[in-house]
Amino acid sequence: MNRQISLLQSIVLGFLGLACFLGFWQGMSMSGLVSNIFLPSPLEVYERFTTLIERRFAGATLPGHLAASFMRFAYGFLLAALIGIPLGLLMGWYQLLDEIVSPLFDALRFVAPIAWVPFAALWFGTGIGGPIMIIFAGAFPPCVINAYRGAKFVDPRLIEAANMLGTPSRRVIMEVLLPSSIPSIISGLRVSAGLGWQSLVGAELIVASAGVGYMMVQGQANIQTHTVMAGMVAIGLVGLALDSALRGAERVIQKRRGLEQ
Amino acid sequence: MPRRVSIGFATILVVCFLWLMATTVLGLIPSGRFPSPAETWSALVHVSGRGYGGGDLALHVYNSLRLVVMGFLFAIATGVPLGLLMGWSRRAEAFINPIFLIIRPIPPLAWIPLAILWLGLGDAAKIMVIWFSAFVPSVINTFAGVRNIDRPVLEAAYMLGMPKIRFVTEVLIPGASPMIFTGLRLSLQASWTTLVAAELVGAFYGIGRVLNVAQQDLYPGMILVGMVTVAILGWGTTRVLGLAEARALRWNTAALAAKG
Repeated sequence: MNRQISLLQSIVLGFLGLACFLGFWQGMSMSGLVSNIFLPSPLEVYERFTTLIERRFAGATLPGHLAASFMRFAYGFLLAALIGIPLGLLMGWYQLLDEIVSPLFDALRFVAPIAWVPFAALWFGTGIGGPIMIIFAGAFPPCVINAYRGAKFVDPRLIEAANMLGTPSRRVIMEVLLPSSIPSIISGLRVSAGLGWQSLVGAELIVASAGVGYMMVQGQANIQTHTVMAGMVAIGLVGLALDSALRGAERVIQKRRGLEQ
Repeated sequence: MPRRVSIGFATILVVCFLWLMATTVLGLIPSGRFPSPAETWSALVHVSGRGYGGGDLALHVYNSLRLVVMGFLFAIATGVPLGLLMGWSRRAEAFINPIFLIIRPIPPLAWIPLAILWLGLGDAAKIMVIWFSAFVPSVINTFAGVRNIDRPVLEAAYMLGMPKIRFVTEVLIPGASPMIFTGLRLSLQASWTTLVAAELVGAFYGIGRVLNVAQQDLYPGMILVGMVTVAILGWGTTRVLGLAEARALRWNTAALAAKG
């Protein structure tokens, strides 16, 4: 590895990197090498972003679209967590269930979540039901896998102790497996949220009549590159906020259990 | 584990039996919602014989596979060197990382409208979004792989005055390769998801195109054929990557043994 650099150096270099990136972008769009319609400058994207906050485009303002998207996301994500976590825990606990569900689950895992779009549209329509199903398809597998891992790798001594004391299965699951797999479950939820949010964007690009993805498709259809880019920024910001919220939860839980390294 | 395998087979048989019962014998699920085995078969015959959505199955598979492989290889060719550079030089890391931090939260699928604006509905736009979705995981994992190399190994190479080129090819790349392959596996999955999404949004050929036309035609049998094809392609390419990994990392017996 090269030698270490000081904090100051790394901050300066970081700013330099960002400045080069934004400067190159601004320069490209100002130079006229690329048509302004296809490559608006960062400033124009920023202006468009602020305009979209106040003015309606494709039926709603940007916060309106974001709210519509987030509602769907919240439903799909909660559904995935409510079904996926108990399923994963039970699979980790009952071997027979694991052996029955695993082959089906492994087969389904290779279907990209977005490939569920046609059935989702057919079964639940394109309003709110269809997109929720796509989010569910994206967010469900990490919930199951991490709850399963959590339950599978519980310290066997805890289970032995519980068994020795004659604890009924139901209580072992609720009071031993669930608490000790929480760190794994939370990291699963983080992965889930990321995949769910990304699936939602995909679903909205294809089948929706509201939401950020829909706004971007409309922007694309009207050749408004700055609207598309403003949508990308908004999606990135919400994704970042979701991830930091769950990362915060992860840290709090790890700290409370003294697992922090 | 024979018990596991036999239970797995039994489960799949039971599911197939239930599928047959629910759709064909008892008629619990109307065929407009989910296809019966016979309808799925006829859709498969339809798409592989007469063709559907602009071509036959082989053409669609060929197109999707070609785009994923091209985008993926292109992402490896650009992402791995960048990851190596960032792992090797703290200055490069400090310079590039902030750019990554602002681009990374944008999911690859969100690039699709922009790619269509820039490059249209043809191959170039698909390759761009696949490249994008596979690029980020390759950079990050290569970077992490370099940083995970044991310090004594690096110090020994320095002490022995290894020339830079040999240092990269004989220390950095092999040392980082277990992580690089982890990144590639993530990249590959992301590539398939992105390709299917991009083809659903707009394409002339490809499995996503089949799904899209089938959705508009309300043709459940064809939708199922498309989904199964996507799953098989995803599984197959992952297998190929796994074999490449096993070959490339033959020296790393400990890691392979741990993986089983």
